[in-house]
Amino acid sequence: MAALTAITTAPLDTGALVEALDKSGIGAVTTFIGLVRDHNLGRRVLHLEYEAYEALALRGLDLIVTEAAAQWPTVRLAIHHRIGRMEIGEASVAIAAASPHRADAFSASRYAIERIKQIVPIWKHEYFEGGDMWIEGATADPDNTEARDTALKIACA
Amino acid sequence: MRVTIRLFARLRDIAGAAELERNAPGGATVGAVWAGLVAEYPELSPYEKSISCAVNADYSRFTAPVAEGDEVAFLPPVSGG
Repeated sequence: MAALTAITTAPLDTGALVEALDKSGIGAVTTFIGLVRDHNLGRRVLHLEYEAYEALALRGLDLIVTEAAAQWPTVRLAIHHRIGRMEIGEASVAIAAASPHRADAFSASRYAIERIKQIVPIWKHEYFEGGDMWIEGATADPDNTEARDTALKIACA
Repeated sequence: MRVTIRLFARLRDIAGAAELERNAPGGATVGAVWAGLVAEYPELSPYEKSISCAVNADYSRFTAPVAEGDEVAFLPPVSGG
């Protein structure tokens, strides 16, 4: 049985995430898969390399699961993030959310991906036609309640 | 006291190392460790406003004290997903 949260260099297996969730009382499972896209901000992307501070990234995923459980007590979440080199079309992140009814599964899944982008110490190194660069997004701060509220608003929109 | 500094992504590229062992005076804070690093690698300085820090793989603050043997990490803005 796959762990509910993982940082891994192996290709992601969404089926294994779904399998890992306890389905008792569950009526809906959503899956979200983030893929390496072939373009970004007008650049033609060739491939990506992801780096993580693994110990803290795993804690970050666990924190997101805990936050989601507080917000949606009947939801169960599994989140795996891949690191290392990935080609266009490969999955970099997979989220499975199970709940008694579909609305909460969709919301928790959306919340999880928004929070990953806010607080999990993972970085994309983009290799594009003509160069390469580190992508820098959000300053990670789990205690920033404004960021958390933003993720919640997006999740519940 | 000895601390291990961990750097990631662009910060790692600037310093040319993912891990550094450095001396810090007793009672030093995370901010003092960062200041020492910037003195060594001035190119890191623009990151002061946007980085996060962690001590022993737990998010921390610049004002937090560090202890002998601690692992102090500096994290540029994240871009997972």
